[in-house]
Amino acid sequence: MAVQAREIKEAEQQPATFEIAHPVYSKLRSPLILGHKSNAEVTRDICQLLDPKPGRGWWISLSISFVLLAIGVVATVHTVTTGIGTWGLNRTVGWAFDITNFVFWIGIGHAGTFISAILFLFNQKWRTSVNRSAEAMTLIAVMCAGLFPIIHMGRPWLFYWVLPYPNTRGTLWVNFRSPLLWDFFAISTYFTISAVFWYLGLVPDLATARDRTKSKLRKTLYRVMSLGWNGSNRTWSRHETVYTVLAALATPLVVSVHSIVSFDFATSLIPGWHSTIFPPYFVAGAVFSGFAMVMTLMILVRRLMHLEDYITPQHLENMCKVALLTGSIVGLAYVTEIFTGFYSGNPNEIFVIINRGLGPYAWAYWIMFGCNALVSQLFWFKKLRTSIPAIFVISILINIGMWFERFVIIVTSLHRDFLPSSWAMYTPTITEVGLLVGSFGLFFTCFLLFLRIFPVISINEVKGVLGYAKH
Amino acid sequence: MRNIESAKRFTAAFFEREEDLIAGAAEARIAGFEVYDVYTPYPVHGMDRAVALPPSRLTWIAFLAGALGLVFGLTLQVWTSAYDWPLNVGGKPFNSFPLFIPVTFELTVLFSGLIAIGVLFARNRMWLFSKRRVFERVTDDRFVLVLKQSDASFDIDQAGRLFARHNAINVVEGDQFV
Repeated sequence: MAVQAREIKEAEQQPATFEIAHPVYSKLRSPLILGHKSNAEVTRDICQLLDPKPGRGWWISLSISFVLLAIGVVATVHTVTTGIGTWGLNRTVGWAFDITNFVFWIGIGHAGTFISAILFLFNQKWRTSVNRSAEAMTLIAVMCAGLFPIIHMGRPWLFYWVLPYPNTRGTLWVNFRSPLLWDFFAISTYFTISAVFWYLGLVPDLATARDRTKSKLRKTLYRVMSLGWNGSNRTWSRHETVYTVLAALATPLVVSVHSIVSFDFATSLIPGWHSTIFPPYFVAGAVFSGFAMVMTLMILVRRLMHLEDYITPQHLENMCKVALLTGSIVGLAYVTEIFTGFYSGNPNEIFVIINRGLGPYAWAYWIMFGCNALVSQLFWFKKLRTSIPAIFVISILINIGMWFERFVIIVTSLHRDFLPSSWAMYTPTITEVGLLVGSFGLFFTCFLLFLRIFPVISINEVKGVLGYAKH
Repeated sequence: MRNIESAKRFTAAFFEREEDLIAGAAEARIAGFEVYDVYTPYPVHGMDRAVALPPSRLTWIAFLAGALGLVFGLTLQVWTSAYDWPLNVGGKPFNSFPLFIPVTFELTVLFSGLIAIGVLFARNRMWLFSKRRVFERVTDDRFVLVLKQSDASFDIDQAGRLFARHNAINVVEGDQFV
């Protein structure tokens, strides 16, 4: 006991020799969060978006989204009760609007995972301001995407037949060699892992909201959802460990998902689809379109929710750079496709390439080429990268271009069959347009609800980067 | 957390800055106090080292869970496609291993992620109806260091001086905090 007392005394006399392992950032860097916020101010700024009654703008947006969603519901009911014959598909063009929408929405989702997982592994601190809403966007986009193949099944209530479960049909198993089945596994895994990853990051912020809100209903909701989080360092330590593990899992996962989506096309023998370039081309395109959507949403969110200090022009500029890189990869892929088409010497391949650029759907091809490969090159100019109206317009053009990319890939490859007597054109019916409109309705309805229920910006992660340029 | 029935008393010091907390916790540990736990609004880097917290073993859980998913995925596909009811699809071999890779990969990721997060919640005793107490403002902007008064040698004055040296703004004592 005496020895211990002396040791304590000695330790007390000496100042702590423990070195503080604190990250030291360059003085040259500009702060990520503007306005010299303290921790308490961050809590206040983000939590005060939740408590008051929603304003008129929010209600109007929600009403519009709801109307769009209702159109989608009507179109779905019509499709399911009458049959796929309500669509403009024919015996030559068997995939068109539905699969275009499916690939479009899945692609949108990729930016969220890119921001939350890949940028996390690369230690990109700026992600903290946008990762929460980008991940929410991912989850909602994947939900929208998943609806299309399920509706396309014709009997959507039997969609569980794609699961390998013991059944009374002699246990007839699913065909594990089919890319369509891989799709099911890839997308359901992607949705599940993205959801738990998002929720794990959300738990500490739900605790912050729980300790702050005055509303009884909200307090109960947040208390249940925050799972008793109390900020203990032991729990933080494990939380960080699992967060890193999930980021490391989500990184190859996101690459696998769009690669597998591209296998739906690449493993077939249709000219224009049967190409080894498809997986990287699809993944780059997905990240490209996803970043365009994140920029569109973030510009609206920062303006409407007054988050200019948190989502700064610097964040948007960084996202523009990612869009520039991925957009250039997409442009390179377009040119490579043309080259390999001719280089193959295969008359069918050459015909598809010429038909895309000069055939009946040439207008769609050139919208795609212009909006993706050319418009994205505008981000080379710093003036445009830092001008918010310019980014907004360009991001919407990219969204349109990327939708058309999928339309071009699917429809132009199919509509000129090997047999000229089967050649056909495809025009969407009003039901199909209704489904597309409905998916946007679902997307914006869910996103608007997210903005009101959960902290839009990751409070705890933003607090961790407040000192980014102070030291 | 741990069993605190047997614990006697705790001393909690509130700090305003993470630097003070890290230095205070490290010094308390070096001085021989038992650091019960530290509570922070965000993960403070360097904290684990300051309180000598060993690295979490959850990475191993995730690895083993992933291995389980891999074995499960491969076994499922090979058994159903090549043994239980082999079907000739486009003349491909029944045991067409390369075509089983995508689903195997997805199941590896799924098992690893879900089991890791499940074990994390179980290990942290986090669940829907948790009644765990929370220090005031710790989810906002306060940093709390909790020392356990493990035996009679606990010197409250010495602890108080240590806290004061690191700019603690408040010190409270209690039987049960968390």
